[in-house]
Amino acid sequence: MQFSSELFRPLNRQVVIEAVNTRPSLTYWQDVWRRLRKNKVAMISLIGIIVIFLLAILGPMFIPYSYSDQIRGSEDLKPNLQHLLGTDHLGRDMLVRVLYGARISLSIGIVAALVNLVIGVLYGGISGYVGGRVDTIMMRVIDIIYGVPSMLYIILLTVVLKPTLNSLFELPFFGFFKAAGAGLVSIYIALGLTYWITTARIVRGQILSLKEQEYVTAARTLGAGGSRILLKHLLPNCIGPIVVTTMLMIPDAIFTESFLSFIGLGVDAPVPSWGSLASEALGGIRSYFYLLLSPSLAICMTMLVFNMFGDGLRDALDPRMRK
Amino acid sequence: MGIYILKRFGYSIVTLFIIITLTFFLMRSIPGSIYTKDKPLPPKIVENIKAKYGLDLPLSQQYFKMLGNVIRLDFGMSMQSEGRKVNDIIAEQFPNSAKLGIFAIFLCLIIGIPLGIISALKNGKWQDNGAMILATLGVTIPSFVVATLGQYIFSVKLKILPVMGFKTFASAIMPAIALSFFPLAFIARLVRSSMLETLEQDFIRTARAKGLSEQMVIFKHALKNSLIPVVTYLGPLIAAILTGSFVVERIFNIPGLGRYYVTSISNRDYTVMMGITIFYAGFVILMNFLVDIVYVFIDPRIKLRK
Repeated sequence: MQFSSELFRPLNRQVVIEAVNTRPSLTYWQDVWRRLRKNKVAMISLIGIIVIFLLAILGPMFIPYSYSDQIRGSEDLKPNLQHLLGTDHLGRDMLVRVLYGARISLSIGIVAALVNLVIGVLYGGISGYVGGRVDTIMMRVIDIIYGVPSMLYIILLTVVLKPTLNSLFELPFFGFFKAAGAGLVSIYIALGLTYWITTARIVRGQILSLKEQEYVTAARTLGAGGSRILLKHLLPNCIGPIVVTTMLMIPDAIFTESFLSFIGLGVDAPVPSWGSLASEALGGIRSYFYLLLSPSLAICMTMLVFNMFGDGLRDALDPRMRK
Repeated sequence: MGIYILKRFGYSIVTLFIIITLTFFLMRSIPGSIYTKDKPLPPKIVENIKAKYGLDLPLSQQYFKMLGNVIRLDFGMSMQSEGRKVNDIIAEQFPNSAKLGIFAIFLCLIIGIPLGIISALKNGKWQDNGAMILATLGVTIPSFVVATLGQYIFSVKLKILPVMGFKTFASAIMPAIALSFFPLAFIARLVRSSMLETLEQDFIRTARAKGLSEQMVIFKHALKNSLIPVVTYLGPLIAAILTGSFVVERIFNIPGLGRYYVTSISNRDYTVMMGITIFYAGFVILMNFLVDIVYVFIDPRIKLRK
């Protein structure tokens, strides 16, 4: 076969340069954000989460009633222009109560996630990094905690903590916590003490595989100590799974709080929480169904957006984890 | 294998022992007298009550006494309902919870597994999307919302199911659905991902290469292997049904142990709480132990490892 030389021409220099650097290099988080942005469900969930946060923080400020205001003469109202979600049997505005419940739920989600993050990462990190007998014992402890439904511990802890905290809050130093209420603080503590197990397991698994890598040997050769290797080299490299488990911990904690409040263990009345609102509405389910509907929908929507966003984040942070 | 079972048994016993100890000391650390009621009782009576429940002994003696009683499966007397033994309460209430729980577990398996298989086989098609939307809803809607909404729709509005109670089969339908909602969705997701993984294995390709029919490949080779994770989930499944019963039994007014447990919490009936907690923990630990043993027989890979 014959080719005439006219078919071949030197390429424009500009095109060559562009072909070599097609795209600028991205940092890890830029790359994550790029993948996340492509995921429509995750983006919608992210917007949903932002909306829920805004409603929780700003919402109660725009409503002329507080969550405990009992408006005389407007008990048991159906949803209307004055009270968009109606009022309960004491004449309290449901909208402000549901919005205030969002504050409670979100605060619990965040506190539980943060406490679980700190304890879980340290526990799992130390267990995986030190290894050997320490690892065996620490993992055995986790197995034992894992063997029993966490709800049993949480219920037990809340039952015990509430009166303990109540007597503690009488001391002047704890005035601030008293405002939050012993019920709420006891949930913070109970969830914080039980929820770190999953994180610890995941971090340990990551550390176990990472610590055999060459860069760790290199760091050790350069004279880095154990805690420096753990904090500066190993943990930053398992940031992906840590962020994902923490994110998925939030809806879990919100669910647990509403469950506890529903069985009468959570926040102290008159502070509303979605679980306690649903529980209160149960008595009047025949005539005042809307009282049950609004907190229930609020829980479901929140759980949904947090779960969907967590799933999207997992896909974006580590495409290999996708199933 | 004998060693494996023995080891598992040892762990179970240690776990149970720690739970019992923890429960005891947590209960004893509640501040104030357990008998602080609306009006203070005369000191002499408080002394008598304390002597009756053995609360006048030093803490260590109380602990060992309690430990001995628990080993003999004696959980003591209720503090609020006069003259009732915690054992009798459990024996009376637990069968109802167990019936409901078994029904719920049955629903989970009979619906969740096929749902997962279908969505794995129709991966990416509308059947898969539909099943997974359902599964996502199942994971996000709390059991008490399913229960209350279901009660309103089917019992109050449509009047096709009884509102409350636990006398007929119809009255168990809605509670069982509410209890199984979350684990069912979880099982569907589990089966789907495990089935997808199994279908990519070499032995499936071999089976297809042998010229086996698609049905044969799926039911004879893929299904058996992709159901192994479901067996591991049985322990957590039982735990989920158990915690779910706390709210579901309350909503539907079912005379089960879950409802009694919640009532004992609000009544501050500490002996009953402690008894039921230990009973539940022991029950779940026993189930986990049994699942561990069953697992060895199902998955030969474990036997090879040890």
